[in-house]
Amino acid sequence: MAYDYDKSLRPGKLPHIWCPGCGHGIVMKGLIRAMDTCELDRKNTAIVSGIGCASRISGYIDACTLHTAHGRAAAFATGVKMAKPEMNVIVVGGDGDGTAIGGNHFIHACRRNIDMTYVIMNNFIYGMTGGQFSPCTPTGDKASTTVYGNPDPVFDISKLAIGAGATFVARTTAFHATQIDKLIAEGIKHKGMSIIEVIDDCPTTYGRRNQFRSVIDMMKRLKDMAVPVAAAAKMTAEQLDGKMLTGVLHKEVRPEYTEQYAKIIDLAKSA
Amino acid sequence: MAKKVALLQGNDACAQGALYAGCMFFGGYPITPSTEIAEVLSIELPKRGGKFIQMEDEIGAMASVIGASLAGSKSLTASSGPGVSLKQELIGYACIAEIPCVIINVMRGGPSTGMPTGPGQSDVQQARWGTHGDHATIAVAPASVQEIFSETVRAFNLAEKYRMPVQVLYDEIVGHMRERIEFPEAGELEVIDRTAPTDSPEDYKPFDASKSDVPPLAAFGSDYKFHVTGLNKAADGFPTTKAELVDAEERRQISKVEKPEARADIESNEEYLTDDAEVVIFAYGSTSRSARYAVNELRKEGIKAGLFRPITLWPFPENRIAELAKQVKAIVVAEMNLGQMLLEVERVAKGTCATPFIGRVDGEPINPGQLIAQVKEAL
Repeated sequence: MAYDYDKSLRPGKLPHIWCPGCGHGIVMKGLIRAMDTCELDRKNTAIVSGIGCASRISGYIDACTLHTAHGRAAAFATGVKMAKPEMNVIVVGGDGDGTAIGGNHFIHACRRNIDMTYVIMNNFIYGMTGGQFSPCTPTGDKASTTVYGNPDPVFDISKLAIGAGATFVARTTAFHATQIDKLIAEGIKHKGMSIIEVIDDCPTTYGRRNQFRSVIDMMKRLKDMAVPVAAAAKMTAEQLDGKMLTGVLHKEVRPEYTEQYAKIIDLAKSA
Repeated sequence: MAKKVALLQGNDACAQGALYAGCMFFGGYPITPSTEIAEVLSIELPKRGGKFIQMEDEIGAMASVIGASLAGSKSLTASSGPGVSLKQELIGYACIAEIPCVIINVMRGGPSTGMPTGPGQSDVQQARWGTHGDHATIAVAPASVQEIFSETVRAFNLAEKYRMPVQVLYDEIVGHMRERIEFPEAGELEVIDRTAPTDSPEDYKPFDASKSDVPPLAAFGSDYKFHVTGLNKAADGFPTTKAELVDAEERRQISKVEKPEARADIESNEEYLTDDAEVVIFAYGSTSRSARYAVNELRKEGIKAGLFRPITLWPFPENRIAELAKQVKAIVVAEMNLGQMLLEVERVAKGTCATPFIGRVDGEPINPGQLIAQVKEAL
């Protein structure tokens, strides 16, 4: 029997805005399955997003949803979580939203280790505005503002998150649809800041400019790029060139922010 | 029982006023000359189960305040010029998404870093027009430590009642001065909480203005699930580009503040010796304290001077200023900027009286001597 997504989607809000071949829908379905796996009460779940194609997920899923300003989702989400620590807080957005204009909020949310799950869809491009290069566009690639080739070095979002202090960091791709929900569910269950990076595709604004003749080509690329962490351990640096490690990249236990703040409240009340 | 009194700094009074109003969340970022508000609330909020967070930047602070308010907490941020410049993006978000919150701006000069430890009143037009797009503004300008307390309470009330951001602007002199304050007893000042929805969760529309032009706001994490966006939206909260819906929503969000009965509720002015005045000084914040002194001195000389002190800056008290303009020979506008509220006085007076101006941007207060000389020149 087909999976029932309709019970989680808002009636009348589809069709979505995404282009044919875009991976964001695959990720949204993964998120819905993960929410079901974790049996999240949608009344008690906030889905917070910024601006961009990926951020439109907040409009489709039936929950407490907050479509904020460009880059600011993690900071809005921090306010929600602080005010109501008992809520499940999920952030969704793209690579430009999260790591360029929202970079500061992203790293500090990681540093605080505040209990939320941030699903960041990395399609290497600013899609909604028509394909300008993002901090994740591969060096040398074409975008509407890098027609001579992108001169910028690239952010590795997962490494950035680990470096900033996130306590659960995982990566997969839009091709690996069945892994998406498992990793998101693991992130939701993890106490602390979880980053799930999903390498995604944008056939319309990235693929066309970079010699991908079809969505299938782009999906093949995602499949070829992905190397599970365990397999990578047996590979040489040369073999790993141009590859992306997938699976759980980092997991540690560290005090969670709202729990720490609850201790502050106890201290202040007894002072 | 004798009232509790204290010698208190303006910024401390602001924090105490916030607590009186039921503030349960503060998100901020350090900046002179407002930091004492954050320092006091970092100590006091957790004592009552409230939350304090120092965010990574001013924008994040404003974002956290909106998020916390949406989760049901009365929320506050405090900053000064450069920080409030950064917050403008999300002040606009709070306007369009109709999220109650209070923003304190302890004003210094500018532009940019300016003179961080000096006073200024040069953010009063920024308060009105700092964020892009058409929107209504509520901003108040207390002039004493006692009034910072009561106006902070009123700012929370207005934010919750009109479901929007409210700004409290006072210059560094008022913010850092220490004065005697009498703490109101619980219940002495009105404290307004936001209106809870009466519609069932299934029927609830967060922007349905059919019953009131300020639709009730549910909280995240209650029985209500809903969508909030910074896009133009329909009554159900979801984005729309339908021209008639966009137009109606924008006009409603402005008229909820600017319609006559709302203005009458929001506007607050102090008039001193204006009944028979031939010349009136228009001044707010610390400048109004010099003006009151000047009026007293002028009266001793038999000059019929008065003071008009707007406590609510926005919406601008245009009806009363229009009346005064017909009564007096001149409205002398005095402010620590180079002519910002002056534009409003001129707009409303429409040439029916003279509107001479005294402005200072050198980090020094406008003194009574300057005002006395200007009034005499105007007569």
